Amino acid sequence: MARAWVFGDDISTDAIIPGRYLFKWKSSELAKHAMEGADPEFARKVQKGDVIVAGKNFGCGSSREHAPIALKAAGVSAIVAESFARIFYRNAINQGLLVLTCSNVSKGFKSGDKVEIDTKKGIVRNLNTGKTFNAEPLPGFVLEILDAGGLLPYLKRNLSSGRTS
Amino acid sequence: MARASGKKRVALGEIVEAEIDVAMINDITAPLTVDALQKIGVKKIWNPKRVVVVLDHQAPATSIDAARDHAELRKFVAEQRVPNFYDVNEGICHEVLPERGFALPGRLIVGADSHTCTYGALGCFATGIGSTDMAAVLATGKLWFRVPESMKISVEGKLKQRVAPKDLILRIIGDVGADGATYRSVEFVGKGMRGISVAGRMTMCNMGVEIGAKAAIVPSDELTKRWLVGRTRESYKPVDSDKDSTYVEELSYDVAKLEPQVACPHSVDNVSAVREVEGVEVDQAFLGSCTNGRLEDLIEAAKILKGKRVSKHVRMLVVPASREVYLDALGRGLLKLFVEAGALVESPSCAACMGGHIGILAPGEVCISSSNRNFRGRQGSPEAEVYLASPATVAASALKGKIIDPRDV
Repeated sequence: MARAWVFGDDISTDAIIPGRYLFKWKSSELAKHAMEGADPEFARKVQKGDVIVAGKNFGCGSSREHAPIALKAAGVSAIVAESFARIFYRNAINQGLLVLTCSNVSKGFKSGDKVEIDTKKGIVRNLNTGKTFNAEPLPGFVLEILDAGGLLPYLKRNLSSGRTS
Repeated sequence: MARASGKKRVALGEIVEAEIDVAMINDITAPLTVDALQKIGVKKIWNPKRVVVVLDHQAPATSIDAARDHAELRKFVAEQRVPNFYDVNEGICHEVLPERGFALPGRLIVGADSHTCTYGALGCFATGIGSTDMAAVLATGKLWFRVPESMKISVEGKLKQRVAPKDLILRIIGDVGADGATYRSVEFVGKGMRGISVAGRMTMCNMGVEIGAKAAIVPSDELTKRWLVGRTRESYKPVDSDKDSTYVEELSYDVAKLEPQVACPHSVDNVSAVREVEGVEVDQAFLGSCTNGRLEDLIEAAKILKGKRVSKHVRMLVVPASREVYLDALGRGLLKLFVEAGALVESPSCAACMGGHIGILAPGEVCISSSNRNFRGRQGSPEAEVYLASPATVAASALKGKIIDPRDV
């Protein structure tokens, strides 16, 4: 069962993956240092499928796509935040990492709470408290990119099936 | 946006597919782009002449990993016949592109680096994107955009001595907040902007992304035209705000009243007057970066350091933003002055600002920096602290060993 990892506002890409690791950009290497600037224990303790719950402006700062790559490779299945920084948001989608915008969500979770996400309906549930949160709906083409696992597999899939978008 | 997407007009919030005029990648972001191009099987990029590749973040390489990436990128540039390649000896991408005439009024520029918004100082729409989006650009020459809402920041008055455009943008960030302009395009207008040099405008637009902006733009004027003389042979049309612009938010500043500002740890919007944090002891002073590594920044610092020595408790790093700046500073005797003052002068690169090259901070250390970000861990240890300030404040603080208002030295 997915667990929540709760973080505050303005989690920067420097916290998600510090600059000194950017030259070891293979995803397995980046995963070892995911969130190191915010919680040095995160990369060791995170389990496949876990969800990051954060405040506003998640992923602010650098355009480094290493940030969503590191989180996804570490096992994070989704990020639910009150708002996202623009470049990180688009990078996450391009990497096939689910990003949901959900007001007041950070107060509704404690780290370790069990979390369930209905992507299609855009509903985030805290299974410990029973509270539910409605995420802003994602446009259809974004859901398709996420479903394909990112922009590259999406392009490949559509090119091979002769579809264009 | 309308021009680039082949339309007469575009509406706010509309999604358009636009043709890119210039695309920039650097040694941090390019390896992922090249990898993505290989994954989708693109053999030939769209237009090598419109692509600029700059090796600046780890320049020269300080690790085998960086050296390997640099070698791979040199190979990519040769295979794809990219004429605009700037190796580790040239400087920071955001200084090199304007100097070499890539940033012209009215152009649509994307860079795989968040500080690409710097070029808005010359009247272009320039924005940072990720490496996968950049792969799409290099494959097709196009990218989809959501037409952003605009925010107007009017500037009146003249900056007082030792108060810099950096102080103004820090004050704006402090007021607007780190996400106050997310998804928006910010326009810096007003008579006060006419009195701010192109270098100062670049400092301001550079930090547009620190309030979340997609782009930051200064309408072009005489100063823009003069700055571009000798830098381009291509024609361009001056750019002004749309006459019928609507703004989601309007702010105004009288800079005559402004005093030196500082962004305190660990957030760019944690801004106060330098006077309020005076006395904080510093271990390192960094003068450089794409925010404040230009000639006029070095001149400002040199005025304060001339004939003096930096505190023996402080390591001062001076890193000109480009080879052009380095040569100008050399010719004017500034580099000698800095070395005589006890500073280290390094070759052009992002240096201490990327936290993985030179000038890395130990736990508990404090740096006063002319760069653009002070997030935890940005310049090394997550236990270190970074204060962001103007070149004058950095130089004055290096001299005294503690943060001080530059008007007091």
